[in-house]
Amino acid sequence: MKLTLHIWRQENQKSKGRFETYELSGLDPQMSVPEMLDFLNEKLIKDGKDPIAFESDCREGICGQCGFVINGHIQSPEKHATTCQTHLRSFNDGDELFLEPFRAAAFPIKKDLCIDRTALDRIIAKGGYIGVNTGQAPEANSILIGHYTAESAFDAAACIGCGACVAVCKNASAALFTGAKISHLAMLPQGKMEAKNRVKSMVAQMDQEGFGSCTFTGACQEVCPQSISVANIVTMNREFWKS
Amino acid sequence: MIDSKIPPGPIQEKWTQYKASCRLINPANRRKYRVIVVGTGLAGSSCAASLSELGFQVEVFTFHESPRRAHSVAAQGGINAAKDYKNDGDSIWRMFYDTVKGGDFRSREANVYRMAECSLALIDQAVAQGVPFAREYSGYLSNRSFGGVQVSRTFYARGQTGQQLLQGAYQALMRQSQIGNVRLHTRHEMMDLWVEEGKAKGIVARNLDTGEIKLHVADAVVLATGGYGKIYYLSTLAMNCNASAIWRAHKQGAFFAAPSWTQFHPTSLPQMGDYQSKLTLMSESLRNDGRIWVPIKSGDNRPPHEIPEEERDYYLERKYPSYGNLAPRDISSRAAKEQIDNGHGVGPMNNAVYLDFKDAINRDGKTAIEKRYGNLFYMYKKITGMDAFKEPMLISPSAHFSMGGLWVDYELMSNLEGLFVLGEANFADHGANRLGANSLLQACVDGYFISPHTIMNYLAGEKPIEDPKPELSHEIIDTNQKRLDNLLAIQGNKTAEEFHKELGKILYNKCGLIREKQTLLKAKTELKNLRDSFYKELLVPKGSSLNFELEKAARMEDYLELAQLIVEDALQREESCGAHFRAEHQTPDGEAKRNDNEFQFVSVWEILENGNHNLHKEHLDFESIKVSERSYK
Ligand SMILES: Cc1cc2nc3c(=O)[nH]c(=O)nc-3n(C[C@H](O)[C@H](O)[C@H](O)COP(=O)(O)OP(=O)(O)OC[C@H]3O[C@@H](n4cnc5c(N)ncnc54)[C@H](O)[C@@H]3O)c2cc1C
Ligand code: FES
Repeated sequence: MKLTLHIWRQENQKSKGRFETYELSGLDPQMSVPEMLDFLNEKLIKDGKDPIAFESDCREGICGQCGFVINGHIQSPEKHATTCQTHLRSFNDGDELFLEPFRAAAFPIKKDLCIDRTALDRIIAKGGYIGVNTGQAPEANSILIGHYTAESAFDAAACIGCGACVAVCKNASAALFTGAKISHLAMLPQGKMEAKNRVKSMVAQMDQEGFGSCTFTGACQEVCPQSISVANIVTMNREFWKS
Repeated sequence: MIDSKIPPGPIQEKWTQYKASCRLINPANRRKYRVIVVGTGLAGSSCAASLSELGFQVEVFTFHESPRRAHSVAAQGGINAAKDYKNDGDSIWRMFYDTVKGGDFRSREANVYRMAECSLALIDQAVAQGVPFAREYSGYLSNRSFGGVQVSRTFYARGQTGQQLLQGAYQALMRQSQIGNVRLHTRHEMMDLWVEEGKAKGIVARNLDTGEIKLHVADAVVLATGGYGKIYYLSTLAMNCNASAIWRAHKQGAFFAAPSWTQFHPTSLPQMGDYQSKLTLMSESLRNDGRIWVPIKSGDNRPPHEIPEEERDYYLERKYPSYGNLAPRDISSRAAKEQIDNGHGVGPMNNAVYLDFKDAINRDGKTAIEKRYGNLFYMYKKITGMDAFKEPMLISPSAHFSMGGLWVDYELMSNLEGLFVLGEANFADHGANRLGANSLLQACVDGYFISPHTIMNYLAGEKPIEDPKPELSHEIIDTNQKRLDNLLAIQGNKTAEEFHKELGKILYNKCGLIREKQTLLKAKTELKNLRDSFYKELLVPKGSSLNFELEKAARMEDYLELAQLIVEDALQREESCGAHFRAEHQTPDGEAKRNDNEFQFVSVWEILENGNHNLHKEHLDFESIKVSERSYK
């Protein structure tokens, strides 16, 4: 299989980027997108050229490391999939693909397709936890949580922190990411104690990092690899007004 | 030479006694001590957060961009604990017994008992953190069963248990980074261990974004750097998993135990082509309802539905009638390999066996199966493009878990004082074969409950360290910089990845599921040649700052050295036990044959000045459990 790739090349955060074109043949439709880049990089290295900087780790859609933009699709042209879960069989022989990094003010580009998403960690640090020290916990079955509540909490907690929701949002808002954590913890009895402070400081940090505000287009839930619902943003807003 | 420092007394009381008698440091003095924790998986994050909660200063290092991306995130199936919520006869003792037996009597009793004992509090801790484990309609926690045991003691959060537990630990860590004493160094790779007068006193780390190499000193160093199964190239591990941290520590004097004990998981997806970079795991729980088979006729290339029932061999059910498709991992994987090697393999590369849900669908209905495994079937389709409701899944064994690792004593401290090793990076609780859902537990228990006490006990005898003299730190930084410069200077014509693929092939074929003296000796020669050619033919693109190829090359160099020790270890152990199967040592019906008279010990390797290895033996005493034949027939 053959593909023409236009890949965003950018030396570092300060330099200007541009698309460069690479023609690839001999590809296998079963290859994943990162495997296609491995294949390309091997050629580039052997030709004495700088390989494409891109990151991936688990290559099974759970660590949240890989994502970039493929032909305008955040992460993947497939629905609710990560870049590493995208295979060349999703494309036609001879297709042209444009690969570029997620774009958001809060996600500076490090090199080529690599971005810095540590802003998301700083939001979690501001209250995305239950403040229990090791050793303080009561017997597990003394905290009862209904089946459906546990399932909904899981749905929110399934976030892989990939930043696709930010990248797709026209305001580069992190509302889905932050809302999912707030709502995961707010649903659980053991998370209620700190709910007010949590939402206030996490939302403040989100603003401070330069993420935009949510105007409720719903684009985030469409691309989220874990299909996290915008209902979590509603929960966040409700928690915020309560606080 | 080998002192595992097991406390005296009955096994049930050892840990309580240890805690009651270990040394403490006054809360006001704790902040004077600094501990380096390398790794932010379950073991590292939980240890770092717990130490910070106690008041110690903690410096945390990970090569990942965020602590949350550590490979613990990928664990699917669940975590064991002897809560006995099912009233099915579980207890700490039974869990202890199952684990020692599962490990084929090659683990240390006292450590295993403690893991089972601490499992109770771990579930409490995780629930308190908000980990959304599966629940009954009544609101109580739910359990399921896992391979190799007869009780239901596995707690789970859908197929993402590792992710959920890791979030709990990661959130605790981020909380400490905000309110406590944790300093995070992400995108930093540990390159070397700093040893002063026989004690671990810091690490050399490289900032992967800028290329800067620095020495960081501390009063104790914790390595929680995960497993090295990725040495086989194709494995269920993440692309960046590596052995470098523990290998570099080994080169500074830390003993390496049982390096060749790697678990191969029976239900991963098979390799589909040469381009492939990893093998995805399909949860073991599928074996509860799926039946494993291959065509009786070798080389039978008919599609599965055209192969009539009488021409299929359900070999696990045939060979292990009482455990059937739920036989433990080592046994199931080996049985699959045997079928594949004898020409019964299926799939495009004839390297897989079938896992068939047809009977389960006919029995329970498609809806029931979809409810149980829907997400796994969906994942299977996403990766392979095939529909497991219509045709059997293709599965095959894949390198998965390292039972081996740095040797540690009861306190999880290496022979190098002040160096603690936690989680998959150590050799400790799993013997020669790990039971499913026990390693998330081990990583958590090491980090939350054991290391905080043992580290404090060690620090209580140490005076807080001062920064080393600048010339000393320059020396070790220079050595490490030179090492990278040398790799960059080779400028041959083969990438690190290509070497890795070759290394993987040698290990899979000659030191994988089945090992034999003759082939191991061949592997030894091949590995030596591969290493020689590495220093002549390696090609790393120039650039000393962000350079992923340089990261890979350095890890590769360590893998090549470790691979030689793996083969040496496999050669030395003239018996079969757990995942280590020596073809020369099997029963008439092809089962692993242990040799307790000569090999009831852990192989502990010390590196010598000239790079050769010296073998020490930690004899295993079984005082509480009777050593018996491990049968699952
Ligand atoms: C696909 C899969 C499924 C699994 N499923 C289960 C399951 O269901 N139940 C179960 O009990 N177990 C399971 N396991 C095993 C279990 O997940 C692991 O053994 C466990 O999570 C290991 O945790 P850890 O903290 O020791 O290491 P990891 O989570 O691997 O963390 C290692 C950390 O070390 C860092 N690191 C490594 N080297 C360096 C270096 N040189 N410098 C700086 N940082 C470094 C990494 O960045 C990372 O942060 C599974 C494993 C896999 C691969
Ligand atoms: S590499 Fe982990 S999500 Fe893609």
